[in-house]
Amino acid sequence: MIISRGSGIKQLSRSVSTFSSSGKNRNEMVDISHNVILYVESLSVSFDGFKALNDLNLYINNGELRCLIGANGAGKTTLMDVITGKTRPDNGNVFFGQTIDLLDKTETEIAQLGIGRKFQKPTVFENQTVSSNLELAMKGDKGILHTLFSKLNSSDLDWIREVMRIIGLESKENLLAGSLSHGQKQWLEIGMLLIADPRLMLIDEPVAGMTANETERTAELLTSLAGDRTVVVVEHDMDFVRSIARSVTVLHQGSVIAEGSMADIQNNPAVVEVYLGEEQ
Amino acid sequence: MMHHNREVARGDNFQKNGRIFLIVLFGVTIYASFCNLLVPDDSIFHVSTYTITLLGKYLCFALLALSVDVVWGYCGILSLGHGAFFALGGYTMGMYLMRQIGERGVYGHPILPDFMVFLNWKELPWFWYGFDSFGFAMLMTLVVPSVLAFAFGWLAFRSRVTGVYLSIITQAMTYALMLAFFRNEMGFGGNNGLTDFKDILGFDLQSDKTRVALFCLSAVMLAMAYLLSQLIMQSRYGRVVLAIRDAESRTRSIGFKTENYKVSLFVYSAALAAIAGALYVPQVGIINPGEFSPLNSIEIVVWVSVGGRATLYGAVAGAVLVNYAKTKFTAEFPDEWLFALGALFVGTTILLPKGLIGFFDGKKWRSVRRG
Repeated sequence: MIISRGSGIKQLSRSVSTFSSSGKNRNEMVDISHNVILYVESLSVSFDGFKALNDLNLYINNGELRCLIGANGAGKTTLMDVITGKTRPDNGNVFFGQTIDLLDKTETEIAQLGIGRKFQKPTVFENQTVSSNLELAMKGDKGILHTLFSKLNSSDLDWIREVMRIIGLESKENLLAGSLSHGQKQWLEIGMLLIADPRLMLIDEPVAGMTANETERTAELLTSLAGDRTVVVVEHDMDFVRSIARSVTVLHQGSVIAEGSMADIQNNPAVVEVYLGEEQ
Repeated sequence: MMHHNREVARGDNFQKNGRIFLIVLFGVTIYASFCNLLVPDDSIFHVSTYTITLLGKYLCFALLALSVDVVWGYCGILSLGHGAFFALGGYTMGMYLMRQIGERGVYGHPILPDFMVFLNWKELPWFWYGFDSFGFAMLMTLVVPSVLAFAFGWLAFRSRVTGVYLSIITQAMTYALMLAFFRNEMGFGGNNGLTDFKDILGFDLQSDKTRVALFCLSAVMLAMAYLLSQLIMQSRYGRVVLAIRDAESRTRSIGFKTENYKVSLFVYSAALAAIAGALYVPQVGIINPGEFSPLNSIEIVVWVSVGGRATLYGAVAGAVLVNYAKTKFTAEFPDEWLFALGALFVGTTILLPKGLIGFFDGKKWRSVRRG
């Protein structure tokens, strides 16, 4: 990869603090007086009788980096779909901070509240350039009149260039996103998430299809992002989870079966039986 | 790096081909107008008024194709009902032209158009009020189709109707309007429609000068619509529209209310189609419910797919070429045209998925690379 390790990440923290100053209003909207940014309570979703989520409870603290693990069908992606408004639950509550009921909101409104998502399968706008993808994802007014008349100002351009540098695509600004490699598309998606400057990032399988080196850089990036913002990562790659996780939540058949540090989880008999056991 | 250059070249091509298109459009318009008005009839360079009207008709169709390209090519909304907006635009112009006939109608009634006298109506229906004013009629040309497009788009796009379902309900919309306009009680002349126009803004519709003026106006409107659409598509709004075409739910997930984009683009496109209809009617001298026929709307889609989607000039080229072929073909084999049209559509879909423009652009790029 083109970026030198470390410097990109340090730069990022700096740029994030410069650029996110405009997001103050939004931050004030989210009431985190109890230090919890996301409440998920007794959430159930079923598809044709199959319980994808079954009375699931999850609390994410402000600024933490949480990993969600679980076998296929454990409900990880469904949970993200509910949080981002893509799927409506049968019952339960999802609150952003103390006051914002996410089940009342549309996908678009949730995105504008500052919840960003990176999808499992990278979905970038293939017929548009790398810089155009970032421009579309950039935080700001998303109304029709604004997009019809607005031009990128120099700080927008700096921010786009900065993110392109962080994701290692600065030499590919005018390349169509469709012609990027799978790993580069993953990075572009991460870039689209960064440039939206969300309060809460939901990241679904970030390192699928990445080389060992890229995986390492992703780990570094995600750890550096936590603190200022809250990061929830779904990942299958256990080595990756071990390398970033401070706290881990294990899902099984739509419910949480364990929560704690990686060491606790690895020694939890229930977890060993349903999930880690399969690996050995 | 090669990829990089190709992408830049593609953007340049868009600009360059657009300029070529505008130059050709103005060249042909000025040449044809000059040769009609100033070159004597017996000269071989004389362009007949028949040809002028035919060209004017092609330009209206080109504008109509452009309007479909805006929603279909750029936003993936396959409207099979754009003929309805064209026809509504045509009817608003037709109503103005009817009111201009005055006492010169067959029945000589000072206010009521002939068909109303024939139906024994005593008063002008309320929705005909104001159409004696050109300004009001032109306002209605924009307002009526836009309101319909807004209502339709609001309902359809907010309920997330997409793809083939959307195409089917656009067909249903134009079909329903056709059936309604066929009824005499609707007050738009029933199946005969509106015709026997005499003049527009006091100028005789049969005179060469009026014909040439309408032809030139069609060219100017097409050029303006072209430039405006190009500006829209190059703005960030245009990029959101492309994003919606390629991955709508992703576009929603980065915070865009995609239905607002789709509704606004649909209204813009309907207004362009209506302007095309309003320019078309005085040149052909008639508007009837046949213009609402579902088949007409499908034909527009064929023009765009033959020319090539999402380039704007492709739609224009497709409309002109297919209609030229239609003029020639129907003169020789009037009954076989529909088969030829169907074959053309199937052929381009299979052999030229990017239309003629895509084919020639691809060729040029390959030859440049070889050279």
